[in-house]
Amino acid sequence: MGMTITEKILASHAGKDFVEPGEIIDAQIDLALANDITAPLSLEEFEKVGAKNVFDPDKVVLVMDHFTPSKDILSAENCKKIREFAIEHKITHFYEGGNCGIEHALLPEQGLVVAGDLVIGADSHTCTYGALGAFATGVGSTDLTYGMVKGRIWFKVPESIKFHCYGKWSKWVTGKDLILHIIGMIGVDGALYAAMEFDGEAISALSMDSRFTIANMTIEAGSKNGIFRVDEKTLAYMKAHSKKPYRVFESDPDAKYREVFEIDASKIELNVACPSLPSNVKSARELGDTRIDQVVIGSCTNGRISDLEAAAKVFEGNKVSGGTRCIIIPATPKIYRQGMREGYFDVFLDAGCIISPPTCGPCLGGHMGILAKGEKALATTNRNFIGRMGHPQSEVYLAGPAVAAATAIKGRIAHPEEI
Amino acid sequence: MQIRGRVWKFGDNIDTDIIIPAKYLAMTDPVSLGEHCMEPIAPSFHKKVRAGDIIVSGSNFGCGSSREHAPIAISALGIPLVIARSFARIFYRNAFNKGLALLEADIADNVEEGEEIEIDLSSGVIRWRNMEVTAKPIPPFMVELINEGGLINYLKKQLEE
Repeated sequence: MGMTITEKILASHAGKDFVEPGEIIDAQIDLALANDITAPLSLEEFEKVGAKNVFDPDKVVLVMDHFTPSKDILSAENCKKIREFAIEHKITHFYEGGNCGIEHALLPEQGLVVAGDLVIGADSHTCTYGALGAFATGVGSTDLTYGMVKGRIWFKVPESIKFHCYGKWSKWVTGKDLILHIIGMIGVDGALYAAMEFDGEAISALSMDSRFTIANMTIEAGSKNGIFRVDEKTLAYMKAHSKKPYRVFESDPDAKYREVFEIDASKIELNVACPSLPSNVKSARELGDTRIDQVVIGSCTNGRISDLEAAAKVFEGNKVSGGTRCIIIPATPKIYRQGMREGYFDVFLDAGCIISPPTCGPCLGGHMGILAKGEKALATTNRNFIGRMGHPQSEVYLAGPAVAAATAIKGRIAHPEEI
Repeated sequence: MQIRGRVWKFGDNIDTDIIIPAKYLAMTDPVSLGEHCMEPIAPSFHKKVRAGDIIVSGSNFGCGSSREHAPIAISALGIPLVIARSFARIFYRNAFNKGLALLEADIADNVEEGEEIEIDLSSGVIRWRNMEVTAKPIPPFMVELINEGGLINYLKKQLEE
């Protein structure tokens, strides 16, 4: 019987020829990731069990991206503890300060994840790396500690759901619109415990940045992982960013899927997820009456260079509306520099945007752009739960970068064609 | 193991930002985390809840982030068990790793807030008034892990050997 790409990667890391959904396996991991809010709990457990070393100092990645530059004394103390741990255990990949970016944009860019890898991260959006044809999934701090010490962890092999996309994309539409469409269609638990696999001609036509966005938000449908077939764009991306050896796995033609969805790309519109669930999806055109106080363009979902480019194209020669604030957050130092060199920063500053250093910041209501009671934000981030970006009575709408820029200009939810 | 406790009812898709808002995640101390549990939708929950009370919820409880602060905050209030129609997968692993018991059962529509229910954790049988529901069994692999004293004790034993 055939296997899916997810099953093949899991089987290979468990030293097996064949695995099937529901099976419990003990698998080797290629990378274990934690950040400044999940690592502290993980290091407490590390101490509790009396571990002496991490399994491989080259394969543990610590990224200080959530509450940094440190928002308060507690956050600074956490970073200090993690820094001391990184020095003591000679962790190769410790990111803080000027080399730090938002983890799920940073790791692929630094070449730390490649096709065929098995990655666990104490952050739910670890599933982002599935864009590279890797198996990547979020875990809690305790599971991360186990992985960090043993270099292995247990998994239940997930069932797979296939999303086959055909046809041509309309102008302005990106991966964000597709994943919002899918979450709207199957719901926030529509892929609970399952692998979401994407293929088809319309997927091949998408940029790597769009694929990262899609894989990133598969967790918003409850998935265990999102995963893409490796193609020439994936190979080119890895060649440009990594020296790590990669392994290409492909789903067999007779692989088993729980469900297969056929999606016509030409029917996907610019979408917006309304408060307070990512599945509450409407077309941007239906929401033109919604006043917006703050726009955020950034995050592990949409803080990459093509997102800045899409926003800059809309902002060119326009101003942010008087009653609205717009915060731009390039996801990594490299993206920051590239955005500056391409001239996007001039466009943003001329429009009256704020350019933030790379940080998760406002996405999770941490700092650098918190909402007051009754305020509404439109963000290119991934979650619009109650109180996500600030006061419990503030609201968040989710969209792609072009809608975000158009919204900032109009001060209400807008389609880029209106600009 | 028998548990008897008062019910606190919550709806579907209770996400980790509700269970413990991200602005408190620089804290790791369980007592402080407990004081903000469910704050966005039930600001006085931590004051009203009593040790031994039980959360009963709809589907996809614990969706969202991987923050282990979520099960820690619930346990810190003395809540031994959450019963939900379904759980988000990262939360499911985290809860067991942190010693918070979870049972999958569809009872939210048939229990009242504040009423007492009785649960036999090993059989998964839930009883209240004249009703009885058996929860979905905990996967055998998880039961083994629990019997080992949880993942961290299992790791500790391996390191001591």
